Amino acid sequence: MTSVLPAWLQARQQAAQKRYESIPTPKRGDEAWRFANIKQLNFENLSGTALAADPANLISRSVGLESPAAKFVFLNDELVFSESSLPDSVICLPLAEAFEKHSGLVEKHFMKQETRLGSVKYAALHEASVKNGLFVHVPENQIVEGAIEVHHWISGGVTVFPHTLVVTGKSSQVRVVDVFHSVDGETAGLAIAFNDLCAGQNSSLDYVAIQDLNEVSRMISINETSTARDARAKGFVLNTGAAWARNESLSRLEGPGAHSDMLSVSIPDREQEYDQRTFQHHVSEGAYSDLLYKNTLYGHSKTVFSGLIFVDEKAHHTDAYQTCRNLLMTDDCEANSMPGLEINADQVKCSHGSTSAQISDEEIFYLQARGIDPSRARQLIARGFSVEVVARLNDESIEALVLSYIDKKFNGISKN
Amino acid sequence: MSYQETATAILDEETHDAINVDRTKGDFTFPERNKFDAGWGLSSKTVDYICDVKQDPDWVREFRHKALAVFESKPMPTHWATEDLNNIHFDKIRYYLSDGEKPKRTWDEVPAEILETFERLGIPEQERAFLAGVEAQYDSEAAYSNMKEELTKQGVIFVTSAEGLKEHEEIFRPWFGKVIPTGDNKFSALNSAVFSGGSFIYIPKGVKLKQPLQAYFRINSESFGQFERTLIIADEGSEVMYMEGCTAPKFETATLHSAVVELVALKGAKIQYITVQNWSSNVFNLVTKRGLAMEDAEVRWIDCNIGSRLTMKYPGVVMKGERARGEVISIALANTGQHQDTGAKMIHAANNTTSNVVSKSISVGQGRSTYRGQVHIPKHLKGCKNNTECDALLINSNSRTDTYPAITVKGNRHATQHEASVSQVSEEMLFYMQQRGLDQGQAMSLAVNGFINDLVREFPMEYSVELKRLIDLEMEGSVG
Repeated sequence: MTSVLPAWLQARQQAAQKRYESIPTPKRGDEAWRFANIKQLNFENLSGTALAADPANLISRSVGLESPAAKFVFLNDELVFSESSLPDSVICLPLAEAFEKHSGLVEKHFMKQETRLGSVKYAALHEASVKNGLFVHVPENQIVEGAIEVHHWISGGVTVFPHTLVVTGKSSQVRVVDVFHSVDGETAGLAIAFNDLCAGQNSSLDYVAIQDLNEVSRMISINETSTARDARAKGFVLNTGAAWARNESLSRLEGPGAHSDMLSVSIPDREQEYDQRTFQHHVSEGAYSDLLYKNTLYGHSKTVFSGLIFVDEKAHHTDAYQTCRNLLMTDDCEANSMPGLEINADQVKCSHGSTSAQISDEEIFYLQARGIDPSRARQLIARGFSVEVVARLNDESIEALVLSYIDKKFNGISKN
Repeated sequence: MSYQETATAILDEETHDAINVDRTKGDFTFPERNKFDAGWGLSSKTVDYICDVKQDPDWVREFRHKALAVFESKPMPTHWATEDLNNIHFDKIRYYLSDGEKPKRTWDEVPAEILETFERLGIPEQERAFLAGVEAQYDSEAAYSNMKEELTKQGVIFVTSAEGLKEHEEIFRPWFGKVIPTGDNKFSALNSAVFSGGSFIYIPKGVKLKQPLQAYFRINSESFGQFERTLIIADEGSEVMYMEGCTAPKFETATLHSAVVELVALKGAKIQYITVQNWSSNVFNLVTKRGLAMEDAEVRWIDCNIGSRLTMKYPGVVMKGERARGEVISIALANTGQHQDTGAKMIHAANNTTSNVVSKSISVGQGRSTYRGQVHIPKHLKGCKNNTECDALLINSNSRTDTYPAITVKGNRHATQHEASVSQVSEEMLFYMQQRGLDQGQAMSLAVNGFINDLVREFPMEYSVELKRLIDLEMEGSVG
């Protein structure tokens, strides 16, 4: 496909490339990388060569929702499959195509916010290198039933830059699910993904990311959500795969009545490391944000959670909540939590909480007394612990999809 | 006037306004009568001057010089801390001032002006009423140091740090700089280079002090840096409560206070360290405080920060022995022009250790309060528990509060919980009280006192009364 990129994008990509080159690599001691494993930012061990993969095979492996509103499959950022039953008024296209056909509309929303959670260098790299992804634009009053489903496959030792840009018009509704896979289990790849979510007035925008890469690959994903007056945005991240994943999620509440849910479930095992940074930015008064992150740690795994609720000076009558819970399943896992608040307004209700604990012997005993063996009992409790977050998605088919990945992970753990 | 100067002038005005409602008690000064003055700025000559005046042993001189090098090599921690630190001009500070007198054992011998200073602060009166011993520091050196006679007979040592390192080297030296190494942070290095004054306390095995010991730190001279150094060692099974108070007059220029306090609680010992900090609001108060708790020992920091321009203080406990316990109880009140950046560090280094942090902060006017915490539970330990609670109260619409905890837990045999909340005094509550005849200011004071009441109770009686009064004063004029 030979497409000419619009001039604005070429200019931005050149500028981004310069920024990427001039911004220093994060180092130990940088506050945004506290407790992080900086060594994971050395990408030199990637082979750089893509491996051939059979698209038909990948399409058949891209199992998701029973009847998605639209479905896309990408292999190393190239579209290999698409189908859609969306109404004509909804724009839902691979980004490469959208750059061509809806250049003005994309420009208006593409990477507009400042990356402030540490990965500014990698956001610049993404901007400089992005080729594809998905662009969704839902017009006013359009309710999209079901969900748009996207599968991103990495084949070989390459870096992919999937980008998801979703814009909802006034009083519209849409759901988008991204799933990240590796074609094989042994080759180390890298995904530097970005998702831009712009929820227009009184609209509803749900975004779900399932990260199920192989356990030698790495991922940086940056989420930026803006919610206008009375809009409801929901962001959910599931981490089951990858050797190392860094998620940065920033939610900006820009109008009164805006509502943002930030949700995550992570189940690291063996040597896996998940590093999550979040930012709840209350720009407007009278907005609501609620964050719930749950980690269940096995093996030698490690998690970092650093969250900040930031309430601007004029953002009175803010309700903002933040909870991170860690369930420690082995003696070698490590959970780091940094739940933070910065409040510059009054008439504010804010709270944050963080807990780290194991399953109590009483709980195991209770289930044992009912004939369930201890290892099964532990798994049941851990699953229940995650399900509380998944249930907040409020959509049966998406919940079932997320749970299928959670169960796959738990089954893999019980085999060890 | 440049934009920046105008901004500074406005800020200063606000600072003054904030000071005007309180601190009348500590706001007075006497002419300086210094025999020894290390002059302005800091260099190895300053360090030598201090060593010469204090007749330090060689090992101390060497310790100071090494610390100076560390101080100079370390950057300001502005990558996480406030930029306001850059307003400290180390070359515009005097590092050592004293009249060359030895600390007196009776108030009668203390020079009249210094006596009057402490009389006005109520120290001799408090000593008679409820204290087991008092040390009163005036600029760089202690003016008065005395302890009840029966305690001396029991082997209790309560002297200045200078006396401690010379007369009791065998107890002092093994622990000195061990809980807080020189290189811990830039300000602990600064203190290690120029420290003067502070207390050395040793409580022998099994001795339990019924009454508290007190130290009072007073800055009298302008552009002065006070760098006291305190080391408290509680031997096996002993108990001690130590209280410190601090004030300074309101000067036009910034003053620096940078202390290092090390506590060592040996097996089964208990140390409670109580601070009521009411520096005037041009003092940079940058203090490093840490305790070491061995088996079954307990270290409690009870910390109240009302004064100063910028306080950065995170009392810590390293729980080194099994079943050791650490606690930080903290109250902070930040008025306009003030930033109370306080917190706690709990380092679990043995099995079954427990720690508790309860922090309550109140931001008034444009005041800013910050909680920074660290809880560390490493691997291969079991049964460690931490509880952290931080609550913040915002009084005005431009008040500010921040919370930055960091919790690391390794392994599945521990439990931690952290909770924080931010709120304001509800309209309903004020309305309810006003209906019953209180004016708005009284109602607000009552609500604020209610917010911190359960923590104030942790302070000894005399202090809790004082605290409530101070908070009433601070709240004056903040509403309505």
